[in-house]
Amino acid sequence: MSDCHQTRNPFTHDESPAVGVKLEHVSKNFGALAVLKDVSLEVHPGEIFVLMGPSGSGKSVLLKHIVGLELPTSGKVSVAGLDASDPTTRGKVRMALVFQAGALFNSLSVYDNLALYLREHRVTNEAGIREKVMRALQILSLENAARKSPSELSGGMRKRVAIARALVQEPQLLLYDEPTSELDPVMSATISEIIATLKDEYHVTSFVVSHDRSLALSIADRVGILMGGRLLTVAPPAALREPTDPQIADFLNPLIDVKNPRFKQLEA
Amino acid sequence: MKQLIAILEGIGSTVRMLVRAAGFVPTLPRQLPRFMDQCYQIGYTTLPIVSVLSFFIGSVLALQAGYSMESFGAKEFIGSLVGLSMARELGPMMVAILLAGRVGSAIAAELASMKVYQEVDALVTMNIPPERILVLPRLAAVLVMMPVLTIIANLVGWFGGAIVAHSVEFIALDPEKYFETLRRFTKFDDVASGLVKAEVFGFVVVTICCSIGLNTRGGPREIGAAVTKAVVVSLILILVLDYFLTKALM
Repeated sequence: MSDCHQTRNPFTHDESPAVGVKLEHVSKNFGALAVLKDVSLEVHPGEIFVLMGPSGSGKSVLLKHIVGLELPTSGKVSVAGLDASDPTTRGKVRMALVFQAGALFNSLSVYDNLALYLREHRVTNEAGIREKVMRALQILSLENAARKSPSELSGGMRKRVAIARALVQEPQLLLYDEPTSELDPVMSATISEIIATLKDEYHVTSFVVSHDRSLALSIADRVGILMGGRLLTVAPPAALREPTDPQIADFLNPLIDVKNPRFKQLEA
Repeated sequence: MKQLIAILEGIGSTVRMLVRAAGFVPTLPRQLPRFMDQCYQIGYTTLPIVSVLSFFIGSVLALQAGYSMESFGAKEFIGSLVGLSMARELGPMMVAILLAGRVGSAIAAELASMKVYQEVDALVTMNIPPERILVLPRLAAVLVMMPVLTIIANLVGWFGGAIVAHSVEFIALDPEKYFETLRRFTKFDDVASGLVKAEVFGFVVVTICCSIGLNTRGGPREIGAAVTKAVVVSLILILVLDYFLTKALM
């Protein structure tokens, strides 16, 4: 049995330490607009942390800080104790990001999308690359899509290809940006199961940004709620099933008022 | 003030991109397929339009020269006029303008689209520098293909001029005479100065288009805006640089 703080490589079954993420008083402004306000947060090695919040609350911006695509206006983001804003950190810690729309390379086939990382970093020879790519496609049930172009895939398949592309990088830290958005409930459940399996089988630290309540409450070890750029709470899912904070309760359990007076004018 | 800051930021990011791309030059042999693909895009696919336009530019030059010089009894010098004009100025200039309109716009559109749809961000998170696989092969390919395209443009233009000078009734210049004066007055240095211009123009066009493409922010609308900006800036720079290069190469 593996130690839960060791990431097990899905291809070689080698083990390497899972990594944690730490945000210390992070603020981010775009001009006069404050998107993140003094956010402090710690993601433990090997856990699934789900960050929830309404649209425009700064979740994706926070995610980009962890991979170094955005730099904080103030505060510090570290991954495995290394400064995330330093580009060399990406060379020292294996982290992969699954983008909301997949961000697949449209000029390449699914196979080449997965092989690109391995070829560019000269991880192994072509036979080894083929083995790793096909293994990743197999884990995600995508063997038949290898030669297809990303434009030929459905939304759910694109998400799975994006996860497979992340998987071949053998990440110690896997970040997901809205992995279940625009998917039907069945496909959302499948993606949630994949995220949970990657954690259980390979002990990858997972940071998931989502506003999918069922995903958060079913697979997360801990859930953070971000609203208006502020982190309101971090708690286990069980504690959020019946939240006491009215703001969080309104977000997680919104009431649908079919006779909302705000929309009365639409009836006319 | 805002515009000045934007221009300075643009120059800064372009220089940074070039410096980073230069640092990856040792990786170029590994990128042979990408380099060859870009040579095909920049060279082979541009060749037909370069040939057609060069032919007609040479033809028009010969026609105009024949019309003006015929009254001075100097029509045998049409060859020298066409030869020098094509080699020193019109060949490289026309190829560069075609490059900006045809290849530059495609580069800006492709890279802007990759940026807007987060493909560039995906490369960065995979620790694959975009300058290495997106910029460097294009720069290397344009440096190889520009002299080739310019030499072909010069040759086709010269032959276009010869055909018109021979076949138009009021000029009716013997091709032998045309090429004799062309050879006598068009020296190797003239052709070489045209090739230097072509290299500089090509390098600038691809650099500008890559930089504007990679710095695109926003949505699909900005992709169109990036293409327009890339072509306009490239054309302005070609004309401005042409003046200074002509002066320097005299």
